[in-house]
Amino acid sequence: MPTLLDFEEPIGTLLEQLEQAKNIAEESDVDVSTPVRELEKKIKEKRKEIFETLTPWQRVQVSRHPDRPYTLAYIEHITQGRFLELHGDRNVKDDKAMIGGFGMVDEQTVMFIGQQKGINTKMRQFRNFGMANPEGYRKALRLMKLAEKFNKPIVTFIDTPGAYPGLEAEERGQGEAIARNLYEMVQLEVPIMCIIIGEGASGGALGIAIGDKICMLENTWYSVISPESCSSILWRSWEQKEKAAEALKLTAQDMLSNKLVDCIIKEPIGGAHANHENVFERVKAEIKKSLAKLQEMEPEKRIEKRIKKFCSMGVFQE
Amino acid sequence: MSWWKRLKHGISTPTKEKKETPEGLWYNCPTCKNVVTAEEHTTNLWVCSSCDYHDKIGSAEYFEVLLDSGKFRELNPSLSSADPLEFEDTKKYINRLADSQEKTKLRDAIRTVSGKINEEKVMLACMDFRFIGGSMGAVVGEKISRAIDYCLRYNTPLIIISKSGGARMMEAAYSLMQMAKTSAKLTLLSKAKIPYISVLTDPTTGGVTASFAMLGDLNIAEPGALIGFAGPRVVKETIGKDLPEGFQTSEFVLEHGFLDFIVKRSELKEKITLALTMFRN
Ligand SMILES: [Zn+2]
Repeated sequence: MPTLLDFEEPIGTLLEQLEQAKNIAEESDVDVSTPVRELEKKIKEKRKEIFETLTPWQRVQVSRHPDRPYTLAYIEHITQGRFLELHGDRNVKDDKAMIGGFGMVDEQTVMFIGQQKGINTKMRQFRNFGMANPEGYRKALRLMKLAEKFNKPIVTFIDTPGAYPGLEAEERGQGEAIARNLYEMVQLEVPIMCIIIGEGASGGALGIAIGDKICMLENTWYSVISPESCSSILWRSWEQKEKAAEALKLTAQDMLSNKLVDCIIKEPIGGAHANHENVFERVKAEIKKSLAKLQEMEPEKRIEKRIKKFCSMGVFQE
Repeated sequence: MSWWKRLKHGISTPTKEKKETPEGLWYNCPTCKNVVTAEEHTTNLWVCSSCDYHDKIGSAEYFEVLLDSGKFRELNPSLSSADPLEFEDTKKYINRLADSQEKTKLRDAIRTVSGKINEEKVMLACMDFRFIGGSMGAVVGEKISRAIDYCLRYNTPLIIISKSGGARMMEAAYSLMQMAKTSAKLTLLSKAKIPYISVLTDPTTGGVTASFAMLGDLNIAEPGALIGFAGPRVVKETIGKDLPEGFQTSEFVLEHGFLDFIVKRSELKEKITLALTMFRN
């Protein structure tokens, strides 16, 4: 059985019934093809019904679903294994929470970079829960400069609960590392596409999210702070995360409406975790389409447009 | 320098007069408990004469400390937040803004002014911690952006005095994007070879540290300031033990290689002048 979120329970009940029906068929000669077909239809409908009306907090939960695919899984599929992972920031160490390297998208070489979460308890530790240290951001920048040298476009996958708030991270200049990436990414001469595939938390996300095209998967979030931390600071309680999620306007739809991202990539019914192949294909199609378009533009024009876009963000009154 | 004379003036206050200073006009140093009159504290540029503790001051005070005759022309003085998200936590953001504006007589957490530092024209931006923790929202981003436009147009050096808890939560992703906006604008300043001096003061954390405050041609700080990305409370929770003595102070940040030097407030004007002169000659 897949992992189910609380609001996915009705789907779980149907999945159990389906399992039972199949067991009956195996153990006896009863023809269950009709009920099986009906149950499968019901599951599909239920998924559609639930996922069409997700609240912002529920989308946050989906973005963290343990069965959701992570960066390396996307790269593996999109490049069909033609991926050369590159390590290290050439300074301190190799950050396991930030991965990157050249990959082939059909015939086009692309520099892929992204935060990486672990797929099980052991790997989650190993990947530091997708929270990069300064060396992660510096590794990302090194790889981006490499891409620029060889005139290859950059695709970043964003999936992080934030930059790591540790003691050594502070010693090695977490703030400077992120600031430097923002500053350098603005002026990179190659096309940059950034895709939020899970959690887009604060400066830790933004540190690899300056680009010409910023996309969010349908069930992801992107904001200055997580709803839990926002709740604890502004409401002084961990209990108001649903309210905080509403107030932060952190969903893909809100972010697009507020012109803070450029596009939404639809997820399959039931979310990315329900059908990995399907979401990989959708993302690959969007990458191919967007990069082709971005590559038509002169680098100076692209940079100018990139700067203009970020500089137009913000609402105020004179 | 007339600026120096004027501030030194109060030092000669006779003891007789001091005794007559009414209660409440004393400054009690939070670090060493040394007590001086408010007037003396001002004369000392709000620095404790006994332990060198640099008291938190606002933009008005920094303009006084740095600018010739304390004279300046402010850019976009009325720019204020529009609350695009209609944000509400335990309080409506618009009410929070109105209260803060009423209390501080400021429009937002930064002021940008043109003025002269020892005869040299500069664009000086200074944050106000009293305004919602000096947090960065769209107004802070836009004012820095316009200040940079001014620098580009008039070929004027930029100085930003940071003092901020980071991004303003009530503007959510809009505030996050101000990090990108200010950093993007700074690349244009670099391309035009215009100097940018970043002055980090107590405290400078979060999204401000992770954007313009760490991107100066020179990053300098006042002594003993709290400077970091994650706040000390968060770091403490992460590591599950007490933080080492002096963690995230200016001295710590200098030692780890992220500051060019630490400068006392009384020498700030002099040091900035020297740097600007060296950039030019
Ligand atoms: Zn003292």
